[in-house]
This record gives sequence, C-alpha cells and structure tokens, in this order.
Amino acid sequence: MLLFLANIGWTMRSYKRDGYYESVLGFQHIPKATVWAFYAAFLMLLAVTHLTSRSAPEEFLLRLPEWFKLSVDVIFRDARIYFGLSVAAFVGMIVWREFLTRDTVGWILFNVGCLFLGLSMTDYDFRQIVGKPDNVPIVGMLFIGGYFTWLYFKKAVDNDRRVAEGRPLAEQELKEQVLVWPDLVYTEMLCMILLTALLIVWGVFLQAPLEEPGQAVKTPNPSKAPWYFLGLQEMLVYFDPWLAGVVLPLVIVQGLMAIPYIDFNKKGNGYYSFADRKFSVIIFLFGFIPLWVGMIVLGTFIRGPNWNMFGLYEFWDVHKLEVLNNRNLSEIIWVVNLEQPLPKPDPASGLISQCLAIFMREGVGILMVIGYFMALPNLMALTFLRKFYVRMGVIRYMVLANLLLFMALLPIKMVLRWAFNLKYIVAIPEWFFNI
Amino acid sequence: MSIGETIRNSQIWRSIFRHPAPTDRRNRAVVVLTNFFLHLHPVSAQKGGIALSYTWCMGGVTFFLFLVEALTGVLLMFYYRPTLEWAFTDIRALRDVTTLGIMREIHRWGAHAMVITVWLHMYRVFLTGSYKPPREFNWVIGVLLLVLTLLLSFTGYLLPWDQLAIWAITVGSNMARAHPVLGHEGPGFQLLNIGGYDLITNASDARFLLLGARNVGEETLNRFYILHCVAIPVVVSLLIAIHFWRVRKDGGISQPL
Ligand code: HEM
Repeated sequence: MLLFLANIGWTMRSYKRDGYYESVLGFQHIPKATVWAFYAAFLMLLAVTHLTSRSAPEEFLLRLPEWFKLSVDVIFRDARIYFGLSVAAFVGMIVWREFLTRDTVGWILFNVGCLFLGLSMTDYDFRQIVGKPDNVPIVGMLFIGGYFTWLYFKKAVDNDRRVAEGRPLAEQELKEQVLVWPDLVYTEMLCMILLTALLIVWGVFLQAPLEEPGQAVKTPNPSKAPWYFLGLQEMLVYFDPWLAGVVLPLVIVQGLMAIPYIDFNKKGNGYYSFADRKFSVIIFLFGFIPLWVGMIVLGTFIRGPNWNMFGLYEFWDVHKLEVLNNRNLSEIIWVVNLEQPLPKPDPASGLISQCLAIFMREGVGILMVIGYFMALPNLMALTFLRKFYVRMGVIRYMVLANLLLFMALLPIKMVLRWAFNLKYIVAIPEWFFNI
Repeated sequence: MSIGETIRNSQIWRSIFRHPAPTDRRNRAVVVLTNFFLHLHPVSAQKGGIALSYTWCMGGVTFFLFLVEALTGVLLMFYYRPTLEWAFTDIRALRDVTTLGIMREIHRWGAHAMVITVWLHMYRVFLTGSYKPPREFNWVIGVLLLVLTLLLSFTGYLLPWDQLAIWAITVGSNMARAHPVLGHEGPGFQLLNIGGYDLITNASDARFLLLGARNVGEETLNRFYILHCVAIPVVVSLLIAIHFWRVRKDGGISQPL
C-alpha cells in the first residue's frame, strides 16, 4: 500500500512538474502564457497540498467526478463503442493531422493524457489494473508510441508542405557527411547510459511480479496470455483458435514480410512523408494502431473475469453475467428464416452423404467465404483497385488483395457479431472447422 | 609527461588500441576502422541519416537491450534451476535473499522494453519507407527478429513458474492444439491416419511438440528453458549480425535520393 502511495504521489508530481515547464514554454506566445501560468500555478498548489498531507489516494482534492467515470466506463465497457471510437479517432488523426501536430496542440494532448492518467490513479479499481507491475510498460508504450506517432505526422506534414512548395525535404538539407566518431558514437553512448539508468531505477522502484507457485488445478479468472499476445487472444472472441491462434498470426507475419514486395510505390523512400504514400501508410497505421495496440489495450485493461468487458473504473466482478445468444449463419437461415430444423449429417452414412448434408446446412456460408476470397479480389481489380492491378501484375496484386481481405476479416466479423449476434459464418463442428 | 600520457604510450595500452587518441580527423576515422566494436559503423555518414529524430535510435536501443538481457540472463542462470522443485523458490530467493536479485527486475523490464522498442523500430522503418528497394530483404530479416523477440519473451515468461507464468503459457500454447491438420482439435486432423487410427492425438500434436507433454509441466519447463537460454538467443544473434551487415551493404541508413 505504501508503495502504491509513493507511486501515486510520483505520478501526481510528475505531471505537476510538466505543468511548471509549460509556463516557460508558453511565454513564447505571450497572451496564452497567462493561461498556462494559471494552470501551472494551480497544479503546483495541488502538488504541494498532496505532498504535505500524505493521505490515501481516494482522498485527494482533485478527483475525477463520478459522471466522468461513468461515461468513460460506458465507452470502455462496450466493444462496439470502444472500437467505433478508436476508428473514429484514427480517422480524425489523419484528417486533422496538420492541426494536431502543432507544438501547442501536442503539448495539450500530452497534458490531457497525463492528467487523465494521474487523476484516474485516484480511483481504486483503475489502480488495481493499471498499477499491476506487468501493465506499467503498456502505459509507457502508449505514451511513447503516441509521441512517435505525433512526431511522424509532424515531420510528414512538414515534408509534404516542402514538396508542395518545391523546397527540398528536411532530410535533404542534412546531406553533409560527418564522421561517425564523434557524431554518432556519442549519441549511442548517451542512449546507453540513459537506458541503463532507466532500467536500474525502474528495477529498484518496481518489483517484478511473482504470484503464488503455479498450480495446474487452480485456474485464475481471467487467464491472460502475456500482454504482447493479447491482440491475438482478443481475436479468440470472434474466431476459433485455429484461425485466431494459428492462421491469422501466420498471415500477419507473412503479410509483414510481403510489404516490401507489394508496395510498388517508389516514392517515400528514406524520408518521412504522408502525401507521397497515403495508401500504404493508412493501411499500416490502421493495422498497428486500432487493430494491434488497440486490441492489446482492450485485452489488458478492459477484459476481466470470464472475459467480460469492464469499464476502466469498474470493479472486476466475477459474477457479472453477460447474455450470450450468438447464432450461426446456418441457424439463422434454416431455423429463423426457413423455419425448419437444421439438416443433420447421419454418422452412420457414408462420407459423401455426410458431406452433402453438411453442405446443405452450411452452403450459404461456404459460398460466402469462397466468394470473399476468390471473387472479391477480381471485383476489386475491376473497380477501385484497377490501377493497382495494372501496375502490380497478377501475383502481387492477388497477394495484396488477399492480405487486405484477411486484415478486414476481424472488423467484419466484429460488426457481424454486433449486428446479428452472428457466431460462425461456417460452422462445421464435426471437423472443428468454424469460421 | 603526465600520467595519462605515460599510460597511453605504454606498450600495453598501445597493444590494445592501435591508434592514437581520436582527436583529429584522421584518427577519428582510424578508431572506427580498427576497433572491433566500432567497426560495425561506417567511418562517416550523412547527417540526416544518423539524426536522432530520424532513426529514433530504436534499432540501436533494441540491440543494447538485447545485450543487457544476455548479460543479466547469464547472471540469472547462475541462480536458477529449471525444475518443478526449484524454479519458483529460486526466483523467490532472488527477490528475498540474493544480493544482486535486482538482476531479475532488470531482466524482466528490459524484456518488456525490448518488445516495445522492436515495434517502434519497425514503426519508424515503415514510416520512413526504409523497407523499399534495396532494403527489402533486411526488412524480412527484421520481421524474423520481431517474431523471435516475441518468442524469447514468451518462453521466458514461463520460467518463474508462478500462477501468472503457467497460465499465460497455457493460454498461449492452447492455440497449438487447434493447428489445422497438426493439432488434435484443429480442422482436418483426421486426415492423418493409418487404417482408421488417428496419428494426431493429444500426445502427438503440435501442442505436444511445444510442451513436451499433454499439459504445461516439467518437460515444458525444460523445453522452454533451453529455447529461452540457448536456442533462440543463438538464432537471434546470428540474425542480428546479418541484419547489421545488410544495413551497411544496402547503403547505410536510408536517405532520400
Ligand atoms: C532484435 C531486433 C532488431 C535489432 C537489434 C535491429 C537493429 C537495427 C539497427 C541498429 C539498425 C540501424 C538503424 C536504426 O537504428 O534504425 C536497423 C536498421 C533496419 N532495421 Fe532493424 N533491428 C531489429 C528488428 C527489426 C525489425 C523488426 C524490422 C522490420 C520489420 C527491421 C528492419 C530494419 C530495416 C529495413 C533497417 C534499415 C533501415 C534504414 O536503412 O533506414 N529491424 N536495425
């Protein structure tokens, strides 16, 4: 508990410190500086009060109002809203990139992030989950990753503007050859020293987790994979293990390896840019931010007992019940629409008649999946991806199209699940083959 | 002569460093060429390419973290026995008794950090378009390194043998059970059979290969230990060497043409 307190105090203090620098930074634009100064002074005051009265985090003066917590909970509790909003934020990030990469705006974003984290730490349930030692790096990753994404857009926007105005790229202005000693070696040296210091401090202040000795009979609830695989575990909600755990990861890895061979765009090599390679950047960022990092956040912070979703400030109640009445496509077609029982393969009959029965039952789904992977690429080649097809040739185009379709599989299945409670498009449990 | 100069002029010093101090242009080039560790670098580079704001130094940081992991990992191996009887107690002793037990913290946080930095490195390589010709193949090697980094982390996760460890590995490795054809609950496993007897059962499928048993147990611990401490690091070291070699051979860090 003491350690927790120290941690909270530390978080609190650190963002207060930031607040302090701000007023200095703010003086560049004098009218705004007053606002910053007030803000900083306010934070300082708060910090002092907190530091002098070492009370429990629940009693801090500045806490999140309940209505705020409740509304955040609503967002995070529901996969639909969560995913919808993260996609919306993603689109917003791309559309408003020029505005968002201004220095002041970036600084405000950073402050909002710190405030959100710091204030949320006053909430008991939030602390239980985000404060777990193994989850600390994820919070760090969100800040660092956020910063680098911001930096990328900043540099890309700058370069795009330079290209539009016919000026040389920022990187081209640094063409000069310099000696590696000292220019690079010293930077590396500094990085190493800083990192060593960071690791030692981190190691001293945060103890590595060690729970009870492992017992095969006592299953924890929830049982989670290591955090960097939680995106895959999240896919298990929508797909069977053979897809989510084997096929899709392999496709992801192969897809990554294929990138240099299917991206035929010669521009954008060796400098930051957005305008020169919109398509590839958007696809990659979409895969990395909402689909990969987003799902990790979801899996780590929001999935609780029985793999239910919980708001950030919600207690992880083991008894929370969620009604699950998902149906297969075949059930929707046969039982709901045709009002007939599902055709059943007769185990006593021969292989062929069993296959026929299964095909009767699952035919629509099977055709849909085949159509998705076989017909859709051709359709796309004839319509909006025509240019790609012409420039890439058949094989490369097909690889690209199939990778895109695989990537789209997850959002599609999510939407189907939410809209129709759809469980499987093709369900052949006899062969463990469900899609 | 000052003491510093005396040392510098001694036979011992000069047998180690075969050049005078890197204070002028010529010797700054020579130091990079003749020093084993520095010769990974070119003698000179474009300013834009080595700018911190361009590379984010993430590849270098990843490599450094890998070295940290290797060092602390070896230290941990002195204390740790990969058996059901000792694994957990040895780790607890690292925390409670061992003087330099903080090695475990550094090893663990370093591992997390390495996963993050390797992603960020990939992120920046993508965003600068540095995978484009002629660097396509180095990107492929990079992806392999990424996968192996994750596997290193994953295999290491089991070793403390606490609840966190064994259940995370159980959840993770359950996937292998569903491997198409090769997992005993995967689609098409019935395809491999001889005269009606399935070849793929829970004692012969992909998951069994991974775990060495039907469940996460002592055999698994042994397998993961070897993978974590020997097999994967050796492969990663080799790939990193090739990766660096290729960075140089493909024309150094990418820059606009
Ligand atoms: C253990 C993991 C890895 C290590 C230690 C490593 C190390 C490095 C280093 C030190 C560089 C020099 C430039 C820089 O620092 O950015 C580099 C460049 C490069 N890396 Fe990695 N890397 C790793 C993983 C990856 C991954 C996952 C990818 C991509 C999927 C990748 C692709 C590349 C490419 C294409 C370059 C050349 C970039 C350029 O010329 O600008 N590497 N790597």
